[in-house]
Amino acid sequence: MTIDGWTCPIPLRNQPNVVMGHGGGGMLSAELIEHLFLPAFGGTRLADMADAALLDLPQGRVAFSTDSFVVRPLFFPGGNIGELAINGTVNDLAMRGAKPLYMSVGFILEEGLPLSDLGMIAESMAAAAKQADVEIVTGDTKVVDRGHGDGIYINTTGVGTVPAGIDIGPSRVTPGDVIIVSGTIGDHGIAIMSVREGLGFEADAVSDTAPLNAMVADLVEADLDVHALRDPTRGGLAATLNELAASSGTGIVIDQDAVPVRRVVAAACEILGLDPMYVANEGKLVAFVPEEHAEEALSVIRSETYGGEAAIIGKVVGEHPGMVVATTPLGTTRVVDMQVGEQLPRIC
Amino acid sequence: MKYLDEFRDPEVALRLIEEIKELATRRWVLMEVCGGQTHSIIRNGIDQLLPDAVEMVHGPGCPVCVTPLETIDKALAIAARDDVIFCSFGDMLRVPGSDEDLFQVKGGGGDIRVVYSPLDAVAIAKDNPDKEVVFFGIGFETTAPANAMAVYQASQDGLENFSMLVSHVLVPPAMCAILDSPHNRVQAFLAAGHVCSVMGYEEYYAICQKYKTPIVVTGFEPLDLLQGIKAAVIQLEDGKAEVHNAYQRAVRPEGNLPAREMIADVFAVTDRTWRGIGMIPVSGWKLSDRYRELDASVRFSVEGIQSKESELCHAGEVLQGTLKPDECPAFGKECTPRTPLGALMVSSEGACAAYFHSGRFARAVAL
Repeated sequence: MTIDGWTCPIPLRNQPNVVMGHGGGGMLSAELIEHLFLPAFGGTRLADMADAALLDLPQGRVAFSTDSFVVRPLFFPGGNIGELAINGTVNDLAMRGAKPLYMSVGFILEEGLPLSDLGMIAESMAAAAKQADVEIVTGDTKVVDRGHGDGIYINTTGVGTVPAGIDIGPSRVTPGDVIIVSGTIGDHGIAIMSVREGLGFEADAVSDTAPLNAMVADLVEADLDVHALRDPTRGGLAATLNELAASSGTGIVIDQDAVPVRRVVAAACEILGLDPMYVANEGKLVAFVPEEHAEEALSVIRSETYGGEAAIIGKVVGEHPGMVVATTPLGTTRVVDMQVGEQLPRIC
Repeated sequence: MKYLDEFRDPEVALRLIEEIKELATRRWVLMEVCGGQTHSIIRNGIDQLLPDAVEMVHGPGCPVCVTPLETIDKALAIAARDDVIFCSFGDMLRVPGSDEDLFQVKGGGGDIRVVYSPLDAVAIAKDNPDKEVVFFGIGFETTAPANAMAVYQASQDGLENFSMLVSHVLVPPAMCAILDSPHNRVQAFLAAGHVCSVMGYEEYYAICQKYKTPIVVTGFEPLDLLQGIKAAVIQLEDGKAEVHNAYQRAVRPEGNLPAREMIADVFAVTDRTWRGIGMIPVSGWKLSDRYRELDASVRFSVEGIQSKESELCHAGEVLQGTLKPDECPAFGKECTPRTPLGALMVSSEGACAAYFHSGRFARAVAL
């Protein structure tokens, strides 16, 4: 969807932009909800306009997760902040094997944000929620003075339920586990960098933002005893592998050449002096699976909409606990460390 | 990827390793000058494959590592000003000054922006006429053409709110300084390929002759490095000392003439202090008199800053090849990428950071 495709359901008092009153709890707030959020998000629970939503939860443990989204620019190749905010929390729930059910959305809007942008973002969120089969049941909007925000910040919180007998979590990572990544890495981070102010490079990189709950549901259904799942967002694959090696007290060995990287991403990383292993993803998962189930898990993931380029990239070992090691095409090894902060483009 | 994959071919690389093993009949000490080469050697594990007879020591060619502390402190002072937008290449932001780094200044309210090209800083100056826009113009000969172009462009456009804090360093004088050192162990150089793509390699003939030291212009991919090492070992074994270009796809003898002309217009040679090494005569570039009004250190009064280096840091010895990063007492203890005492632990091209990130521990089990 593009911004051009979106039209405001009714003119909001002919206001083209967000004003302080949209967060003031008065008529402007009510109009924003009634004419922008409700038409986009729908749903009877939201339409109740009560102070809290009442949820019906099936049997099982409840998974609960929250995430905040502050991406800039708001619109980027392959998506926008709204889709990210839905998919991000959907994926966090799915990584525990949960079926995501309900979500809250909290907006912090900067005065002056075009309402057409907000409407576009809300519609994207609604479409993403529909695709992931989750219901947006409650929300909140605040407005901050111009200059005190980056257009829009979004927080989403989600709940879901974990089917009985499913135990997916970092503590189950065990030596012998095979590590699968569900597709190419680094797409989201490079897509964002390619359009960020001050970074004048052109790349046809597209964000991979996508919901992964259907993929996880099929893995769970296939009864493959998946030990752990993670979505390698900020810090990229390297951070995820390091976190899991540290928390499980195991070592990880990956085959550098087996990690799928799109050509355009590899090329952009070469130019910028970045390592795709440290670049963010928004629609990929890393699965830790017992060796005897690895091939089947790979074929399940590959049969999914967002898993066609999945690959086995390495395994968990008992040696060098807490450390991630990559084997290079030359047969040598290197340690894949955590980055201190952001990856910094090199000078030359 | 074209022009990359063919220079990463593992079979050819292993064949070159075998050839180097056969060629080297005694121990030789080679220095790769450029930090990009160090990064590639460690990242690809080439040091693990080379025979014991070939020892690589890592040279001073990491631009953020050798930028003098005084210049970093000046940058911090300028960047903290309310009227300034301070633009820099990314990996300068975490380089420690005497008390803090640019990230901390940014956290304290400084408007600091990472740019990929100095011309982006010129564009920011055009867009922000009510602000002073300062670009941190550091690096070797490699970054000089783009920095020179930014100065030239700003001057042509009459941009009065753009200036540059310049601290360029030059490779050949540093190579001479290393060879002049009484502690020198280097017997051959792998010259920095991208520096040579700008400057050519004609000035190396005199160095070769004076010091009887082979100089091989070398690229950055595994095969480039191995071909450079092989060419150097052949010369050493034959008792020769010549200039050899093992990076012909990027380097011509005369370099890039339009770039050199631009540099000659904008910059002038000056003595330069190298962080960790000390003052090396005629080893840097400053803005030429013609562009003096674009010099940020003149425009902003930042003289008289007291700079103080960590006493635990042995970066100078590492930069001169007399100490390996992991032989420094502070390595991995007081000094880590999280808490760098010296600049070498900051940039991925810095030898200490390269050791810490990639070569820190012995081989792990293979897949």
